[in-house]
Amino acid sequence: MTGSATDGEAPAVDAVSCSGLRYSFGETRAVDGLDLTVRDGECFGLLGPNGAGKTTAIRCMTTLLPVPASLVHVFGHDAAREPMAVRRLLGYVPQQLSADAGLTGRENVALFARVFDVPRRERARRVGQALAAVGLTAAADRLAQTYSGGMVRRLELAQALVSAPRLLILDEPTIGLDPIARTNVWEHINAVRAATGMTVLVTTHYMDEADQYCDRVALMHRGRVRALGTPAELRRGLKDRLGTDGPLPTLEDVFRDVAGSGLDDQSGDFRNVRSTRRTASRVG
Amino acid sequence: MSEAPAAPHPASADATPQPDLGLLLAPPRARTGWRVLPARVAAMCAVELQKLRHDRTELYTRAVQPALWLLIFGETFTRIKAIPTGGIPYLDYLAPGIIAQSAMFIAIFYGIMIIWERDAGILTKLLVTPTPRAALITGKAFASGVKALIQALVVVVIAALLGVAMTWNPLRLLGVAVAVVLGSAFFSCLSMTIAGIVLTRDRLMGIGQAITMPLFFGSNALYPVAVMPGWLQGVSNVNPLSYQVDALRGLLLGTPSHLPLDFGVLAAAAAVGVTSASSLLGRLAR
Ligand SMILES: Nc1ncnc2c1ncn2[C@@H]1O[C@H](COP(=O)(O)OP(=O)(O)O)[C@@H](O)[C@H]1O
Ligand SMILES: [Mg+2]
Repeated sequence: MTGSATDGEAPAVDAVSCSGLRYSFGETRAVDGLDLTVRDGECFGLLGPNGAGKTTAIRCMTTLLPVPASLVHVFGHDAAREPMAVRRLLGYVPQQLSADAGLTGRENVALFARVFDVPRRERARRVGQALAAVGLTAAADRLAQTYSGGMVRRLELAQALVSAPRLLILDEPTIGLDPIARTNVWEHINAVRAATGMTVLVTTHYMDEADQYCDRVALMHRGRVRALGTPAELRRGLKDRLGTDGPLPTLEDVFRDVAGSGLDDQSGDFRNVRSTRRTASRVG
Repeated sequence: MSEAPAAPHPASADATPQPDLGLLLAPPRARTGWRVLPARVAAMCAVELQKLRHDRTELYTRAVQPALWLLIFGETFTRIKAIPTGGIPYLDYLAPGIIAQSAMFIAIFYGIMIIWERDAGILTKLLVTPTPRAALITGKAFASGVKALIQALVVVVIAALLGVAMTWNPLRLLGVAVAVVLGSAFFSCLSMTIAGIVLTRDRLMGIGQAITMPLFFGSNALYPVAVMPGWLQGVSNVNPLSYQVDALRGLLLGTPSHLPLDFGVLAAAAAVGVTSASSLLGRLAR
């Protein structure tokens, strides 16, 4: 498997690979046999309704949840055996807003510069660049509790970027944001990607965003990947299968098709499709 | 589309000028071995000081209680001379106990704080940095020590204003600082350990309140061990607070004390606390 954005001679190692990943909370099988490969340099979207298991899968990849050895690799490092090596390569923005409200934006970023061992002589400049990259230079010395939701998200992005991660993991980066703030967050993600070539793994339940910004997407439902490909491939695939003419179906149509078409042993009845639809369109 | 005046990053075809990201292209060199721990401790302490700088209310509100203890309890019992203090005024005798008490109250709060940080996503994110769990806990423990130290300074000033005669010998004061930091490290780890067991803030609040008072009254902070009933002496003997108070009294007032034993017990307690809190930290991440 070759990476799309590497220009070296060496065969590119995948940014993330999961094989047969499972994780349960008691009786709840949150991730149930996940197979997934994120290639170096791509923007990969992990899609699915609330409760699909996206966050749990991410938390396994970030070493937050204990997984058995050799199920999850990040740039070739086993998440179970070499958690420190994995963490060094990661920038992580969790689903909930997570900046420290009692610190300024600059202090929030400086903390992450410190814990990633940025040397002192470089720290202030590096923190300044991370804040500039997300357009927070002017607000940098205000307490984070005065920030809007979109600004907090951008601050978290700066916290993740300050260590120059090879893989940026964003869990629902635009959840709860208004459309303008959503676009704004994505613009900053894309600008940084363009400048650094970093791999991005993003989860979302906004199918339109994934369609617009992701190179490849995986549709996840009940802990498993149900469809995988570029947004265009998936949409064209559905159109061909349905054999209809008219406009290309949306990713959301694809998802509804996939989640409700008996791929899942227990689904296929109406109630299931309806509830999937409802959760998929729920905001916040 | 872009006028591109030799842009450093040709990939960005944006109309807006791309800020310089030069440093963000290469990851920092990783610290290794023994250097990791002091660096993480410094990072946590820096955060604590920054927070205190932004919001000093806690510093003031937390000064009220020790002031009241010294002013009311201390002055009254000095007058009625009910407690055998070995010849020194009761207020003097009490001051080191109140320093230890206010440090302990601050430290006990750290368990609630770590749960709060978990709920706020702050802890989660720190756990995805190259910070071993023991280093994170040690950092928190020392941060609580820094905060307790500032609080101790406030109590020392109040006590001095009330006329308590304490040492100004810098070496002894350094010893006081070490005793305060070690004690806080233990009590913050104790409460972070309980946090790792009970996992929710409500349960921890109840337990926190249930243990702080027995720890305080089951120590020599208010009265000498000799006047306690036998069972309470037993509690006091295994209570690190008693060793901390003993050290503080010996250092600040020059009363007879057991400094090597006190510091030995405090250091061992802190080490045990860090170990147990670190081993339970993973539970908070799930
Ligand atoms: N900490 C937890 N304890 C118990 N159950 C959980 C926990 N986290 C998630 N779950 C359950 O696991 C399933 C997947 O959740 P999650 O990974 O958060 O999905 P998503 O991020 O796709 O919305 C859900 O049924 C959820 O209720
Ligand atoms: Mg989620």
